[in-house]
Amino acid sequence: MAITTTPTAPVERLARTWETAPGLYGILATVDHKKIGKRYIVTALVFFLAGGIEAAFMRTQLIHSNLHLLDAEEYNQIFTMHGVTMLFLFASPILSGFSNYLWPLMIGARDMAFPRVNALSYWTFLLAGIFIYTSFLIGQAPDGGWFAYVPMTERTYSPGLNIDFYALGLIFITISTTVGAVNFVVTFFKMRAPGMSLNRVPIIMWGTLSASVAIIFALPALSAACVMLYFDRRFGMHFFDPAEGGHPLLWQHLFWMFGHPWVYIIVLPAIGLASDMIPTFARRPLAGYTFVALSTITTAILGFGVWVHHMFATGLPMLATTFFSAASMMIAIPSGVSIFAWIATIWHGRPVFRTPFLFLIGFIVLFVIGGVSGVMTAAVPFDWQLTDNYFVVAHLHYVLIGINVFPVFAALYYWLPKMTGRMLSERYGRWVFWLMFIGANLAFFPMHISGMLGMPRRIYTYQSGLGWDTINLITSIGAYVFALGVLLFLLDFFRSLVVGPEAGDNPWDAPTLEWSVSSPPPPYNFAVIPTVRSRHPLWEDRLGEAHHTLLGTGPVLDRGRETFGTSALDSDAYEILQMPEDSIWPVMLAAMMTVTFYGLLFGVWWLAILGLVLVILSLAGWCWPTPLREEELDLLPEEG
Amino acid sequence: MTAMPSGSPAMFGTAGRAAHEIAVLGWVLSFIALAVLLVVSLILLAALFRRRAARAAQPDSVVIRPNRSVRLIVWGGIVIPAIILVGALLFTLFVQSAVATPPATPVATIRIVGHRWWWQVIYTSNSPDQQVVTANEIHVPVGQPVRLELVSADVVHSFWVPKLAGKTDVVPGQQNTMWMEADKPGTYWGQCAEYCGLQHAHMDLLVVAESPADFRRWLDQQRQPPQPPTDPVTAAGERIFSRSACAACHTVGGTPAMGQLGPDLTHLASRRTIAAGTLPNTPGNLAGWIANAQGIKPGNDMPTMMLPPGDLQALVAWLETLK
Repeated sequence: MAITTTPTAPVERLARTWETAPGLYGILATVDHKKIGKRYIVTALVFFLAGGIEAAFMRTQLIHSNLHLLDAEEYNQIFTMHGVTMLFLFASPILSGFSNYLWPLMIGARDMAFPRVNALSYWTFLLAGIFIYTSFLIGQAPDGGWFAYVPMTERTYSPGLNIDFYALGLIFITISTTVGAVNFVVTFFKMRAPGMSLNRVPIIMWGTLSASVAIIFALPALSAACVMLYFDRRFGMHFFDPAEGGHPLLWQHLFWMFGHPWVYIIVLPAIGLASDMIPTFARRPLAGYTFVALSTITTAILGFGVWVHHMFATGLPMLATTFFSAASMMIAIPSGVSIFAWIATIWHGRPVFRTPFLFLIGFIVLFVIGGVSGVMTAAVPFDWQLTDNYFVVAHLHYVLIGINVFPVFAALYYWLPKMTGRMLSERYGRWVFWLMFIGANLAFFPMHISGMLGMPRRIYTYQSGLGWDTINLITSIGAYVFALGVLLFLLDFFRSLVVGPEAGDNPWDAPTLEWSVSSPPPPYNFAVIPTVRSRHPLWEDRLGEAHHTLLGTGPVLDRGRETFGTSALDSDAYEILQMPEDSIWPVMLAAMMTVTFYGLLFGVWWLAILGLVLVILSLAGWCWPTPLREEELDLLPEEG
Repeated sequence: MTAMPSGSPAMFGTAGRAAHEIAVLGWVLSFIALAVLLVVSLILLAALFRRRAARAAQPDSVVIRPNRSVRLIVWGGIVIPAIILVGALLFTLFVQSAVATPPATPVATIRIVGHRWWWQVIYTSNSPDQQVVTANEIHVPVGQPVRLELVSADVVHSFWVPKLAGKTDVVPGQQNTMWMEADKPGTYWGQCAEYCGLQHAHMDLLVVAESPADFRRWLDQQRQPPQPPTDPVTAAGERIFSRSACAACHTVGGTPAMGQLGPDLTHLASRRTIAAGTLPNTPGNLAGWIANAQGIKPGNDMPTMMLPPGDLQALVAWLETLK
């Protein structure tokens, strides 16, 4: 146990200072990272369900050859929205949610670096998701696939609003992702508690940091591509039109320059979550911490050098494709390092088979399957058979479900008790795990085979006699089993809120700082800012550490909303930061952006311009200097 | 009429040179993948269940001190994967080089134009009367490579006949080339493999591989204009075709019909399927397609044709003579 003394910290004053205002204003204006994190998680899970319903429709349409449950256009909208929803509205936001909630609690801070930007990133995510989904209300959901290749998505072949929803919706959500990423990067380097040097941060921090840096460099490619597409469609430009000097492959290069880093962006934070949970259930610190941290960073960097592997069949020169083939194979190595680090942790540890750990074991297995099928597609000539058929669908679902969804579900079982104060059910948890694990394998393993049997992607139906019927039947059944597991989780979650056993501060006997505060944590996180001395503050006694983290004694920082600003490497405190109060401007700004986007969508230019003016006014309101509060006036030097 | 190919268009059990080489690579990579999965799973299981009794005896509150051993990580995560991956990469480069060029000079150059949602097939020739234009069905001589020039009339498609070769995208604004050689006679299924819109699911094609002599015979026959109709019914059919909207989109050699929007129908009756592999080419299906193209393949460019039954019968009878 770390050294503690009974704190005489003025907790009532801290609580009053940090509490969100009551009522509707508080709901709209909160900048509390815990509230924002929970909202992110709930909203992302709602989109997960929407994407799941879309998948259920697809799998039912494909359960047999020549079915007509959905017609071609309906199917094409649904498969497109399934991809857009899962990749943009679930996979990344859910990890932002966990990171938002956990980071300050794990680093001994009172909030993220930019709390209002944090709120903005949530509101823009929510409104962008709603914006894209309103397309269903007019029956014109995006239908060009989640990667929307031109020229099919140009005006000539897609005359409706479908692709305008897509292009503008993605630009909108990019705003959310990018400002969130900036927030994470600055928080990582400036906000850690004194003593939490770089080699002491939880791996989730490395995961989200790597993903955030990648976001800052990758998302502009997508925004640029979407702006170009919108200009082609709306203003008759010719970025992608070969007749006028453009080229369709420009879209593909720009999209995949974003798209490949994106798939690492949506797994690296999850790998971080897993790396922080496995030690708790192996009852020992993570083996190879440095290896895992470096692998995370390496993967993010190498992820920028493989995008052409999505374009091996487009007729590129052999020299180019071989370079990307080599890079795509080599990127497996950092993943392998992490996998063996986890296995080594378990090997030299003592497994405790609680529900989160079951999901983590499943995560390792699914990660390996997804990884090896990825290496198969990295071989250019074999990719000429595998690309654009169900083999790739199998691969991408193994990596997404394996390396994003399973760690997320482990994290839900692990950290929901911290957020709500209630445990979920171990008994139901086992059912949820097995239904999801068996369902996922039953659904996606056969797809490797149907792909090898020649079934292409994105077909709304298929003919009989091609040998695909039985496999599709098995796949669809697997999908329903998986869905059942998800539903059971939801039931257990709601049940636990009412009758779940109380969690207490540290139900898992875990080592990191978030488990040193109550469940749920107080609004101010820590009454006393900790001074950190190791990676495992709560295990220091049992690990025989010479130095102990100070948890109960230290600076209180209670003159207003305050936390420490610390140096980048060693986290020495050198300033006290004044954090913002609740503010209505983030939600206002997000709402005004929405007005602008609808104006652009419908080509109602006065509305778009009005929206832009209101955006500028909201920014002005945001940046408007606020008068000093009484406590801050007290701190000013005496006059005269 | 040869039946439609039975069974799956699998990428194994191949019938073409390029596909063979790729399939070998595929088997090797599949084996490696499964072996890695098996080994890692076994190590994981060992990690989870080794010394079970001893570990279970310890209380949950115990925290095990790290032993700083990185052997498992370095060997399992870096050294062995690097060796396997470099080996796989070298073999891949070898295969990629082996399939880059055809084994002999191609005996024919076939221009394939991807349309939404059908394949235009043009056997090019220096003299215009030797050129053959057909749709959705390609004939090739067994044991001799052909060169394919792939261009698009509209959006990105992908030309894929799994039993014979890997796929190559059809991209507007550029011409992609590939070679293909069948080494066994047979009928091989192909399909568009890049999502191209509403009826991407119904943009299939057939490759018919036959002996070089049969191939020459087929090519010669395709070069002939069709016989003029010999009986009143088929003559009526030809008149209906040339007079109505059919001629606006379709070409039939030796008639006034010279439309360029839809497939060339000069030798329609010699083809095994219609509507890009959607239906076997039978009189009943043909009549059904003409009368209800939008019901069979909604959104495609062929309108539903309202014809009196007698006219439809005559039309189909005439089309059946276009061998």
